[in-house]
Amino acid sequence: MLISVYIPFAVTAVLTALAPRMARRLAPRPAAWALACAALVTAGGWTGSLALLAFTGVAQIPQVAAEGHWSVAALRDDDPVYLGVAAASALVLAAGLICLGIAALSQTRHVIRARRECTRLPGDTELAVLDDDTPLAFALPGSPGRIVVSRGMLKCLGDGERHALLTHERAHLRGKHHVFKTIWRLTSAVNPLLRPLAHTGAFVLERWADEEAAAQTGDRVMVARAVGRAALASAGAPRPAALAATGGEVPQRVRALLGPPPARRRLPFAAGALLLILCCISLVNAASDSDELVDDAQWHHAQHTTVPRIRG
Amino acid sequence: MSDPNGDETPGGSGRRARGELESDVLAALWAADRPLTAGQVRERLRGDLAYTTVLTILSRLYDKGVLLRHREGRGYAYTPASDEASHTAQRMRTLLDSGSDREAVLTRFVSELSEQDEELLHHLLSEHDPSDGDGP
Repeated sequence: MLISVYIPFAVTAVLTALAPRMARRLAPRPAAWALACAALVTAGGWTGSLALLAFTGVAQIPQVAAEGHWSVAALRDDDPVYLGVAAASALVLAAGLICLGIAALSQTRHVIRARRECTRLPGDTELAVLDDDTPLAFALPGSPGRIVVSRGMLKCLGDGERHALLTHERAHLRGKHHVFKTIWRLTSAVNPLLRPLAHTGAFVLERWADEEAAAQTGDRVMVARAVGRAALASAGAPRPAALAATGGEVPQRVRALLGPPPARRRLPFAAGALLLILCCISLVNAASDSDELVDDAQWHHAQHTTVPRIRG
Repeated sequence: MSDPNGDETPGGSGRRARGELESDVLAALWAADRPLTAGQVRERLRGDLAYTTVLTILSRLYDKGVLLRHREGRGYAYTPASDEASHTAQRMRTLLDSGSDREAVLTRFVSELSEQDEELLHHLLSEHDPSDGDGP
């Protein structure tokens, strides 16, 4: 309990520091899966550890101890967790759960709205074209999802580039990329440390769709040109200033497409998997320690108070 | 998803499903400034699609009400139909602009560029595309 309960925090810290940098260089599809797994496992480990730490504090409240029939003194003697740490954990845990609730509500609203708009789009073709000169293209998830592109975007692309754009957006829909985004959004609501991971995840999904388009069209330069031209055309269009912060990613995508496809590497994934396994094992270990602690305290409690009750 | 009209693409990706071809045809028609005949649409699509395949897709899209057509020579020339689309465009834009977390669901093709990005991008593209033309 003393050390193992803190290991999920350490794993989270290591992964937030290293995973985003690594993931950008790896093959995007496995990288997206790895980032999703990492987010889920570390968010679970984080929550579990906080809950265990908070519990050791709560368990020392006399009323709680009376209810659970354990000895506060025994718990305090055996338990190496400071009350301050326990209280802080409880606060962080509560804040995380509240944020998770809010994010889940908002995410559900967004998904429902996207689905509704999806069914309201005219026609039943996969592609819905907007009669609008502003260059715009996005994938609208639904069942089935639709690819929404404005006339302005189609006009600024060449023949092959249009096909590349459609293939890219189709990859988003086929790969259910909005589910990945939902995972990252919710996990980083529970634990704000995971935000860089979510940010990188969004970039990796774009790379995934780019690589898919490159594989399907068999022409990496064509996809690079489609991305580049679309971005340059969109840059001329009016846009909300708040979005400017996400810059820098399009040139990275274009550069990656102009180079060779990313090599398949095993080592980073194996290392990440080991860290996640370590996270799970330590959490289980901490939980069983904590369980033993309570058993012990209950035994003490029974020794001191319930002997006469059993006899009488 | 097997489609007798599906054609092999030169990239070796195998059969293209019917819906995907519809999207390509629709996109080509929207990108054009004037009505296109089946032959002209075929020229603008990647891969060696059979003429009859393009014709089939065009008439299917016409039946769905997505396209308008008029006689031209021996066949038809097609234009995209955009009846209530202006409404849709407005709705889609508000969908994209609603709240800072909309990106958690929607995936846009390109994110915004900074000025340095623009320069870098011009540079990258010109290196690989000296003629700045689209190969057919």
